[in-house]
Amino acid sequence: MRTILSIAVDALAYGMVLFIISIGLSIMMGLMRVVNLAHGAFAMIGGYLASYAVRSWGLSYGFAIVLAVIGTIVIALPLERLLFRRIYRKSDALPQLLLTIGITFLVIGIVNFIFGPTLKPVPLPGVLSGPFDIGFRMLPTHRLFVIACGAITAAALWYLLERTDFGVRLRAAVDNGDMAEALGIRTELIYLATFALAVGLAAFGGIVGAELLPIEPFYALRYMVVFLVVVSVGGAGSITGALAASLLLGLADTTGKYLAPEFGEFFFYLAVIVIVFLFPHGLLGRGALR
Amino acid sequence: MTIASARPAPASRLKVRPAAEARGVLVIIALGLVGYFVFPDDLAFLTRLITIALLVISLDLVTGYCGVATLGQAAMFGVGAYAVGNACLAGLTDPVMLLFVGMAAGAAAGLASGALITRFHGLPQLVLSIALGQLVGALANKLSGWTGGSDGLSGITPSPVLGLFAFDLYSRTAYVFSLVVLALVFALLLRFMRSPFGLLCRGIRDDALRARMIGAAVYPRLVIMYGLSGAVAGIGGALAAITTGVVGLDSVSFERSAEALVMLVLGGTGTLWGALTGALVFQIFEHFVAATNPFHWMSMVGLLLIVIVVFAPRGLAHGAAVLWARLRVRGAAP
Repeated sequence: MRTILSIAVDALAYGMVLFIISIGLSIMMGLMRVVNLAHGAFAMIGGYLASYAVRSWGLSYGFAIVLAVIGTIVIALPLERLLFRRIYRKSDALPQLLLTIGITFLVIGIVNFIFGPTLKPVPLPGVLSGPFDIGFRMLPTHRLFVIACGAITAAALWYLLERTDFGVRLRAAVDNGDMAEALGIRTELIYLATFALAVGLAAFGGIVGAELLPIEPFYALRYMVVFLVVVSVGGAGSITGALAASLLLGLADTTGKYLAPEFGEFFFYLAVIVIVFLFPHGLLGRGALR
Repeated sequence: MTIASARPAPASRLKVRPAAEARGVLVIIALGLVGYFVFPDDLAFLTRLITIALLVISLDLVTGYCGVATLGQAAMFGVGAYAVGNACLAGLTDPVMLLFVGMAAGAAAGLASGALITRFHGLPQLVLSIALGQLVGALANKLSGWTGGSDGLSGITPSPVLGLFAFDLYSRTAYVFSLVVLALVFALLLRFMRSPFGLLCRGIRDDALRARMIGAAVYPRLVIMYGLSGAVAGIGGALAAITTGVVGLDSVSFERSAEALVMLVLGGTGTLWGALTGALVFQIFEHFVAATNPFHWMSMVGLLLIVIVVFAPRGLAHGAAVLWARLRVRGAAP
């Protein structure tokens, strides 16, 4: 019972981190049809900036998060204008893979040059670091905080996409980009805003998930595959799909590591192969990336 | 053939020219000899270069010729290497026989993963290739009885080649052996990719629907090509195991797969010469630059990739050919 509860909380927290980081990638792939392997690099930049802000400038945790998210977006936007824009909606996946792998390598090299090769923790404030009493059991507060962040992100994104003017335009551009443009929607701006949103979410996920996915130079390479897999399993462009996939894969990975640690990622990828084989367009995808 | 003699211009392009294969063998042997005599102290590195070149060539067979984007090619390389390691430790020490063991193991892995991967296109295909690669990696880590786990499989000591040439400390035998294998494989592949089968694979890459319309069975052909690619990768893995004597987890890693793709695109997809060029250029640069600082090396590879995608999307070999053609035109014009 005790094991089941700790597995459940850890799996849920891990799944929520995967969700916060991957959902941006999922929206990007649904809208811009770009297989972005550099997504993890942006999460890593966010983590490094937050770590630096807390440890060297002594900022509070919440303020550091805001600053790091904004900083990551500021770093990433020139890349969108110069590089990513070239590979949107291309049918050939190879240039997309190469360009984004290239950006990942470059970011890894530069980050290591500036911050060094060691692991960079993002120190938690006292409120979040202790255990939390839920009446009959103590749970790590940070895990609950991460789960709450994930839930709030999902709700806010749902509101943004389903209830706001921006969401209407974005969904129109996803369904038929050319038609949306013909109707006067400036898809270029939508792309830019979506990119900023995706990068911001990646950075946010990277910071709050730093306890579960530790920040180090090879972060971008280590988890690159995981984020891509989540999007593929959930279906590009679907919030509920990404949420379901994150929680499912988080559960598969955490359970596998608890019960059979010597198998490593075996169960995670076995689950991926089965799911992709049965649902090639994702659990809840619209089949945008055929 | 009567038509061919009546219209000589296109026929000369379509006709089988064994000269191309002979030229391929000669160029590789010549390059190899240059390497042997100019860098006699770096033969171990040059041998490693050849094994990786075989991996890149095998990747070209599926990615360049069939349009299957994969990031899990190292799995077949690793399966070949581990199979050879186990066979050698079990007592089969003849290097030529070991090559065939690696080839068979790689082909089996290729057929199995090809049967799964080529059913899909786009993102599912890519993710399946990654997941299969990671699965093999996780298994290699787990099945330490077969693979030695994270310590790797060591103590692989093959007997002399043909019973005459023993593997020496300076990698002379290993290098020449690898070079001959590379030249043979390369010539056979040059021939094979110009066969009707190879040409049809290119047709499938360019337009799978149209290929199906003219009556080609697309899926079986892709699976067979995957098997062939696995066989070539398996030979590469076998060479790596035979010449170094150890097989580590790095031979099935995601990084190995990603690097192979980078080398392939650097040289240019869809031509065997491109694959070979990419593997050579990338690894020679890596050999000299990465020794100073691996992270600077990563930045440089990243920059290089970005520059290639933006300025030379069809690879170095093609970019150089275009540049050469322009220079020649300019030279002839005035």
